Amino acid sequence: MKRFLKSINIRELLRPIGQMILFSLGSTIVLSVIVLLLALILDRTVVGQTLIERLNVSLFTYTLVNLPQVAIDGLTIGFVYAAIALGYTMVYGVLEFINFAHSEIFAVGAFVGVEILIALEKFGILSNASLVMAYIYLILAIVAGMLAAGALAVTVERVAYRPLRHASRLVPLISAIGVSFLLQDVIRLTESLTSGQFNRIMPTFGNFDHRILFGKMAMGATQITLGVSIKSIIVIVSAVLMLVGLNYLVNATRIGKAIRAVAQDHSTASLMGIDVNRIISLTFLVGGMLGGAAGVLYALKFTRIDPFVGFFPGLKAFTAAVLGGIGNMTGALLGGIVLGMLETYAGSFMGVFTMGAAGTEYKDIFAFSILILVLIFRPQGLMGENVAQKA
Amino acid sequence: MTKRLLVVFSLVIAAGMAAGGPVAAADKIVKIATQSPLSGDQSAIGVDIKRGAELALEQLSGPLAAMGFKVELASFDDQANPDTGVANAKRIVSDPAILAVVGHFNSGVQIPSSEVYHSSGLTNVSPANTNPKVTTRGYLEVNRIVGRDDVQGVVGADFASEHKVKSVFVVHDKTAYGQGIAEFFKQRAQEKGMKVLGFEGTEEKANFDSLLSPILAGNPDLVYFGGIYPQGSVLFKQARERGYMGMFLSDDGYDSSDAVKIGGKTLLEGGGTFYSTVSGPAAVYPGTAKFIQDFKAKFNAAPQPFAAQGYDSMGISLKAIETAAKADGNKIPTREAVAKAVRALKDYAGITGTFTFNAIGDPTIAKYFVMKVNSADPAKWNDNPVVQTLDIAPPK
Repeated sequence: MKRFLKSINIRELLRPIGQMILFSLGSTIVLSVIVLLLALILDRTVVGQTLIERLNVSLFTYTLVNLPQVAIDGLTIGFVYAAIALGYTMVYGVLEFINFAHSEIFAVGAFVGVEILIALEKFGILSNASLVMAYIYLILAIVAGMLAAGALAVTVERVAYRPLRHASRLVPLISAIGVSFLLQDVIRLTESLTSGQFNRIMPTFGNFDHRILFGKMAMGATQITLGVSIKSIIVIVSAVLMLVGLNYLVNATRIGKAIRAVAQDHSTASLMGIDVNRIISLTFLVGGMLGGAAGVLYALKFTRIDPFVGFFPGLKAFTAAVLGGIGNMTGALLGGIVLGMLETYAGSFMGVFTMGAAGTEYKDIFAFSILILVLIFRPQGLMGENVAQKA
Repeated sequence: MTKRLLVVFSLVIAAGMAAGGPVAAADKIVKIATQSPLSGDQSAIGVDIKRGAELALEQLSGPLAAMGFKVELASFDDQANPDTGVANAKRIVSDPAILAVVGHFNSGVQIPSSEVYHSSGLTNVSPANTNPKVTTRGYLEVNRIVGRDDVQGVVGADFASEHKVKSVFVVHDKTAYGQGIAEFFKQRAQEKGMKVLGFEGTEEKANFDSLLSPILAGNPDLVYFGGIYPQGSVLFKQARERGYMGMFLSDDGYDSSDAVKIGGKTLLEGGGTFYSTVSGPAAVYPGTAKFIQDFKAKFNAAPQPFAAQGYDSMGISLKAIETAAKADGNKIPTREAVAKAVRALKDYAGITGTFTFNAIGDPTIAKYFVMKVNSADPAKWNDNPVVQTLDIAPPK
């Protein structure tokens, strides 16, 4: 036991947790300051007056009171993006190509998890489940989603990418896009076999929909309640656990060392006795499992899924990976959190700041403009290093 | 000898062919197409529009059969997607046997598809499309048997003001249908003295967090959603989970048992959930008792909303083909004659009402209902009570 404990690298367990806290707090503080400054400036203009007429509250107070809730929402979606972004970034790290089928692997994970829960509900197990059992069933669904998505990712790599590994760069990329469309329609087909319906609804069970209230804040004539739903906490906690686990795997184990070696140079790694194909398969397995778990968590949080559910989260996570510096794991984590935060802040405050002219619907434009700006000044992404092109 | 036999033989064949001519003519094949979403999110309703039409074809094609016509159903799946709808429409107009189209559930699909019908003079009787543009383009070929959004929005706003709603946040799905209703709702709500705290469109299907912040900040008495239930119900559920306790109101796109499958009991809490509709559950119409019975017997399921309208749209198409054929000496009528016959129908007695079309194809009187969601059990969706019924003529 003592030897086992000694073999655990505590530093590698604590480092990612520290990073996550730092990134979350950092982006919250930076964005909050920007938003509050904007509110202060706009308070003197017609924007502030309109708000006083409408809700009888100054823009600054409005922003301040809403901030904590917006930050919690942003963090939740940010961690989901981070978990998916890691799948993109790991594959990029070892193969230098973008696995566009990752969004469908995410969707498959979501469907497998939800189908299991729907089956349990059909047998009447879910409705009578005690709280402990409810959590066990949820974990079961997440694990099943992970396994299915991981297995699928490995299969996709074996069938669609490995034969093309020595072809020119664009070829596996096109293959990935093809696989993505294929998987979408395969999900659509299999899900609609029995009923013609290909969307699925997450069953309601346990206490996941329950909301923990922190308190109420008066704002003008109304009150704002501040709280976080249990499912948001589950999403954040599971994502944190997975990210810590992944970080440990890559940075503190022999397998991780092999992954890093393969990422640096395939042929040299193979000369050192590393089975490159096995390590690449393993990378896909781990990335796929993360994606699958994120899929089930996404379904838990947002209730309804369809075969195209992976598209937007996938695109955003890819963006997050690029924003953070693709190929860099810490970067993917940072990129996910920042993108989720940006999007939620923009969506929540743009409507008020522009007097309803550009509402929540434009949040993506805003988030992606920031991405373009970052990439103009730091083409390698926030945490990326300027790596010389491999021969 | 052989030669003579051959001559006799060929004579017999020739005679047979000559006799065969009139026999084939007695079996004049006429097709009526249906277009509705048969797969996907909205298939529950789309499939039942087709089934309603199928049932009508079985029960009401007697007079045409007596005149020597064989009427067939050609069903198409528009997937609630404008591109698919238009592609199907092109296939439909290229089949000369098709004389009428019963169709479309989504206004956004009907409007582009009916451009194709219009250019080939093919009549379209719509069982469900409520966007004003469906008829205001003034096409001879386009008719509907339901009410209009500009009235549905008004019905919703009037209902809200009767329930002492003072402030409202309006959300829509950015489609021709949802945004249309939401704009009419907003206009009427302002006329009625309600405070419109916000007007937002969104294509988001899952994460409404950032939209909910401004909604909850204003704490309106009512959240109005113009659009279809897969979005609306998720929005309502997340709003309730974040502690909003006011009232929800939506439109006829919300009318599906899946809405409650998504929303669950959150829809019943607080101020409750209501939706206006142009089509009540089949049971609210006086003439539908037999239809419901026959429908259950044939398909082993209760009819979804718009199934009865599918039945009536088919009935109107059949009647018009019959009238046009009679006027043309029992020949297969032209598409133009059928289109004119639909528009000229006087007081067609259907199961959901008595229909006469005005100059642009709107029914002269349409019914509007406001319903309340009453149970978290999807199986009981059709028992949702009607809280208000209105007969309103289309706006001039």
